[in-house]
Amino acid sequence: MSKFNKKKKGDLPAVNTASLPDIVFMLLFFFMVATVMRDNELKIKNELPAANQVEKLDKKELVMYIYAGKPNSGYQSKFGTEARLQLNDKFSEVSDIPAFIYAERESKREELRPFLTTALKVDKETNMGIIGDIKQELRKVNALKINYTTRIGDVSLNKK
Amino acid sequence: MARRSSPEVNAGSMADIAFLLLIFFLVTTTIETDSGISRKLPPMEESEEDVVIKQKNIFTVLLNGKDQLLVEDELMELEDLREAAISFLDNGGGSGEDACNYCKGEGDKKSSDNPDKAIISLKNERETSYATYISVQNELVAAYTHLRNIRAQELYGISYSEMMNNYKDVNWPGNRDKLKENINRLRKEYPQKLSEVQ
Repeated sequence: MSKFNKKKKGDLPAVNTASLPDIVFMLLFFFMVATVMRDNELKIKNELPAANQVEKLDKKELVMYIYAGKPNSGYQSKFGTEARLQLNDKFSEVSDIPAFIYAERESKREELRPFLTTALKVDKETNMGIIGDIKQELRKVNALKINYTTRIGDVSLNKK
Repeated sequence: MARRSSPEVNAGSMADIAFLLLIFFLVTTTIETDSGISRKLPPMEESEEDVVIKQKNIFTVLLNGKDQLLVEDELMELEDLREAAISFLDNGGGSGEDACNYCKGEGDKKSSDNPDKAIISLKNERETSYATYISVQNELVAAYTHLRNIRAQELYGISYSEMMNNYKDVNWPGNRDKLKENINRLRKEYPQKLSEVQ
């Protein structure tokens, strides 16, 4: 008769798990969308300068990346605090650039090779000395198309 | 003592919520593409013959180790560089076959003859910071784009930047060959002659 006697004593109700797949899928999709695939693990500080007269580099397979900047704190004991070059996954010298460019060219289809562009991803606190050296090396191997990769923004952001 | 049973929560709308969130993230996230200032390096083989360029056709920009900007041997702030470059390029001080019939500059005899002759020479020192260098490059490119925009408005009633966007847009319905021709004409009238001194 009473409204309060339906329950047998001491029996916990089962938690409904029908929505669990949805939650899992939701998380999965979120991470799929938010993750940026990165080929190279950066071992250097890489804060790009800002510019607004930019062109897009849309053909990713035609771009070779050269990174430069100060080594991250974990690497400073070994490599110092001066700006260094990073090609693929490792610290490199400027003299390693020709070999790197040749290897990249080899890995591309022959008809695409004339369109290869070198993207310089250089930290904004770097001095121009190392960039001048890089450009000199690139000229030696006839990799003349370069792109100074930047953030999009007004140049006043570059001032300290 | 009687114990209350907890009612089952209706989970039917859970999928809708999940999809809503999924669609939200899909719409708001943009896949990152790199962008930057494209440049072409000069080839290694230097031509032996010296090309004689009149001093008045060269616009020297020097960046020293303390990130100071020297334009035509005078100290200048970065904000004024774009204006200075525009007035140099668009000067049109030439006469005879060097005359420039589309320039809107002052026609100063001491400045450049025409945009085709005008060369911007950029020199930096090893201690110059990269951020400043990019800022200067950006301002110089902006000067060229500004001039091309004005000229494009005059000729075709549409800005150069818009023409470039149309050209890159695969869904653009217009005549691509014609557009390419127009872009090339603008590039010819205001060629980017930027030389870097090592």
